[in-house]
Formats: sequence, C-alpha cells, structure tokens
Amino acid sequence: MIELAGLRKEFAGTVALDGIDLSVPAGQIHGIVGRSGAGKSTLIRCLTGLERPSSGSAVIDGIDITAQRGAALRRARRSIGMVFQHANLLDSLTAAGNVAHPLKVAGVGRAERRRRAAELLDLVGLGDRADNHPAQLSGGQQQRVGIARALAAQPRILLCDEPTSALDSATTAQILSLIASLRESLGITVLIITHEMSVVREACDAVTLLADGRVASTGSLRRVLGEPGTALARDLLPLPEGREDSAAEVRASGRASVQVALAGTSVPELFALAETAGAPIAGVEAGTLETIDGLQVGRLRLLTDDAQALSGALRAAGIHVEEAA
Amino acid sequence: MNHPMWLDNPAITAELLPALGQTLLMTAFAALISVLLGLPLGIWLWATARGCLAPRPAVHRALSALVDLGRSIPFIILMIALIPFTRFMVGTALGWQAAVVPLSVGAIPFFARLVEAALRDVPHGKVEAVQMMGAANGQIIRQVMVPEALPGLISGATVTAVTLVSYTAMAGAVGGGGLGALAISYGYQRYQSDVMIACIALLVLVVVAIQFAGDRLARLADHRR
Ligand SMILES: Nc1ncnc2c1ncn2[C@@H]1O[C@H](COP(=O)(O)OP(=O)(O)OP(=O)(O)O)[C@@H](O)[C@H]1O
Ligand SMILES: [Mg+2]
Repeated sequence: MIELAGLRKEFAGTVALDGIDLSVPAGQIHGIVGRSGAGKSTLIRCLTGLERPSSGSAVIDGIDITAQRGAALRRARRSIGMVFQHANLLDSLTAAGNVAHPLKVAGVGRAERRRRAAELLDLVGLGDRADNHPAQLSGGQQQRVGIARALAAQPRILLCDEPTSALDSATTAQILSLIASLRESLGITVLIITHEMSVVREACDAVTLLADGRVASTGSLRRVLGEPGTALARDLLPLPEGREDSAAEVRASGRASVQVALAGTSVPELFALAETAGAPIAGVEAGTLETIDGLQVGRLRLLTDDAQALSGALRAAGIHVEEAA
Repeated sequence: MNHPMWLDNPAITAELLPALGQTLLMTAFAALISVLLGLPLGIWLWATARGCLAPRPAVHRALSALVDLGRSIPFIILMIALIPFTRFMVGTALGWQAAVVPLSVGAIPFFARLVEAALRDVPHGKVEAVQMMGAANGQIIRQVMVPEALPGLISGATVTAVTLVSYTAMAGAVGGGGLGALAISYGYQRYQSDVMIACIALLVLVVVAIQFAGDRLARLADHRR
C-alpha cells in the first residue's frame, strides 16, 4: 500500500512535483505515464528517500519514508525493490553476486545467498548465466538481473523507472509477464514508470498521468479507457503507428473520414447505428481495438461519403467523435 | 677518457646494484605508505563533496585546499622543509629510509586526488542501487566504490609509483642514495657518462616494469569488457 499526500518537490527554480495525492492499494500494478520532465522519476525517488520532498508525505505500508533517517531509512528501504532504467549492476560482481548483494547487505549467510540467487536467476530465465559479469550480458539480460536483484530481499513494493525502455518488444513482454506473475505469487505492489502505452495496456491495473508535476488523471485502466475523450485515453489507445495522420490521405483521395473513440460499443453496433441514421460507413481506414477488463475499447478512422452526417449521427448516439473531415 | 669505463668502473660494478636496491626500496615503501594513507584521504575527499555520499562542503573545501597545498610545493623544498619531521620519524635525515618520509608526504595528496577522480568515475546510479538495499556508507565504500573503481585505483597507484621513481632521483641529490644519487655524483659531477647512462637505463627499466605490471593488474581487475 502506497499513499502519497501533498507531495511537493522543488529543485532550485523548478517545481518538479506540485502537490501529488495518490493511493496505490496493495497488490496493484500501477503505471505512471507523462511527458519527459513531468516528474515521474522524482515521484518514485521520493518514495525511496533518494530524493527528499520539499513537503508532503510518502507512506509505504504505514511508514512515512520522507520522515526516515539513518538506520530507520535503511531498514525501510529493505522492503522496497527498485529497478532502474539502466540496470545499475555492479561490474565487479557476477550476475549471481549482483542478485545476492541485497542479501549480503542484510547479513544473510553465504550458502543461503547462493541458493536464493540461483533461484531468482532461474526465475528470470538466466540460471545458466550466474557466473557472467554484467558486461558479458545483453541489455535485456542485465535488466532481468536487475529485477532479480530488486526481488532478492523479498520486498513488499517494487518500484520500476522505465524498466523496459531500452529493450525490444519480445524482451519487454517477457519482463512484463514476469512482473505480473510475481504479483500473482508474491502479492507485491508495483509502481512502474513508462512512456510505452503498450506497457500500461498489457501490464497495469491502474494508471496515473502526470503533467507538470500534477496528477492530470488517474484511475483503473477500465475507468480511464471508459472516458474516451481524455488525453490519457487517447495516448493509451492511439491509431496504429503511421496511420495517425491518414485523414489527409483520405481527403486527397476525394473521400471523407470520421475518427471515433469507442468504449463499450462494438464495431457491428457502430455500423448498425450509422446505417439506421442514414449515414452509412463505407469502410475502416485504420483502427485499434482491444478488450480491457471486459470492456471493448478502441479508436477507428471510418471512411464515409458524408462526414457531417456520420459524425452528427454518431454524436447523437453518444459515441465520442474526435475529428470529422 | 681518463677513468675506467663500464665493467672496469667500480662505480658501476660495486655501486650500481646497491643503488638500484635503494631506489626500489624507496619507491616501494613510499608507494605503499602513499596508497595506505592516500586511499582513505581520497575516499574522504570524494565522499564529502556536494551531492555525494556524506556531503560536508566545508570539510571538502578544507581537505581540498590541504591536498592542493601538498601538491603545489616543489618536492625539493618539501624535502628540506620536512627535515626536522624526518629526523623525528626515522632518527636521521640521510639515507633511503629518511627519503621515504618526504617522498610519501609528497605522494599522498597526489594519489588522493587520483583516488577521488577514480571514485567520481563510478556512476552514481550504482551507489543508489546499493543504497536501496539498505546499505550504510561504510558498506557502500567497501562493497561498491573500491571494487568498482579498482581498475582506476590501480592505474592511479601505478602513476604514483612511476612519479615516485623520478622523485627518488631528486631525493638522491640530497643524501637519499639510489640511482639518482649515483648518476649525479659520478655521471654529472665527475663526468663519467657510462655511470650516467647505466643509471638512466636502469631507471627507465624500473619505470617500464612498474607501468607494465600496473597495466596488467588494472586489466585483470577490469570486468567492464
Ligand atoms: N536533481 C535535479 N536538479 C534539478 N532539477 C531536477 C533534478 N531532477 C529533476 N529535475 C527537474 O524536475 C523535473 C521533473 O524531472 P523528472 O526526472 O522527475 O522527470 P521525468 O518525468 O522522469 O522525465 P523523463 O521521462 O524524461 O525521465 C524536470 O523539470 C527536471 O528538470
Ligand atoms: Mg525519468
């Protein structure tokens, strides 16, 4: 359980966090998204004591991290696992040594450390790389070692700052399913910063959009996507890559298009609606469709002969029309 | 030439080896002391810097000034100024044992700066990663900083040792013994160029050997490749 209240952080001249209130229940995988400079990293760092907020509190399982110093802070940190964007492994240690490091710091004996490290490396699929130094591992493998290390001391909370942004999509999927399975088996709470909306769609239960150091919107994935008009919903489900600006192409070819965001309306229902209103849909130029938590959501660019009539009809039926041209 | 040359020259046959021994002993002891004292000083210098492990800007500035003072005093002057201290430490101001004192005092701040630079090269993210494990500063220094900076620390110690070799020659000029003293008293003052050449050749050999061994060790300690 993570609770941020009135969290504020100023650096000389800039306000990085401007009063953040946020609550993440135990066992949730919570995504943090937002533009570069929005304050995402600062927020996570305030939860670790690596950064001291100017005011406000960051409470993890009943302990206000911002109020801890010295030995108490070190103790509190042992229940938090942190995965960094660049794995930050120690080059002087092997993969197994890196994974076992938190246990060494905690005073766990050598035999137990070795056993746990082997176990965790197996968990992240690197059981055969125990004796390799980080320089002998690929970026994705290093990141997986970093995750294994973050889990070594059995934390209650896992904080991840862009854990997959340096990875290809296959490795990203691997790491996300690893995080999901950890939540299932260990019940840990996960806070994950990302700029990849696909990560949020695939891995998160809830998401928070930060803008200029404030919470611009937050809620379960289902709720956020259920309000198709918001910028966050639009970012989460964009049109397929390369088709975002295809409206101009459509126009050039002498046709008209209407872009809609769907939440809870199926495509057949959409076509039927248009048909009944006398403004039939001639086709779909581009689209994204997904079912998230039982909710059909998506974004479509529809082809039509009369954009005015179609958008009017759909609006009247409560469909969110984003552009018509 | 009016003196016996090369292998007929007693300055070479009888004195070259003992002089080499003195140079090696001076260098080894001074390097050892500089590493033993310069390492903690360098760590302290690094850790007290702004935004570092234990930021104490005032302490950092004071240490910094002290170290720079030590490095800026010309060695020959340091050696003379330290004579009373040397007498107090080793009972005499002559001989290679006495030379070790000013050599060490001169090299400690030099090595400390190299230590600080090597530690600064360790990415701060690694420190933070280990801080997140709940490690205390002492653990961070022992388990992260020293092992991660080891290649740089070994290179720094190598540079220090090489610098010390050339300083032993200066120490030799004022009673420290060693190859430098031999080169000056025979090669320079008595125009025996064979002695001069032999001494220089040996000094070059010593420097090359130290550099070779240092590079070798640094590479062994480097797991980044
Ligand atoms: N140590 C610092 N000193 C001064 N300003 C800082 C510092 N750290 C962050 N900032 C500022 O705070 C703001 C938020 O930074 P932060 O790193 O939290 O952004 P972010 O959302 O993580 O961005 P990105 O997606 O690029 O990682 C930025 O304007 C940044 O310049
Ligand atoms: Mg960031």
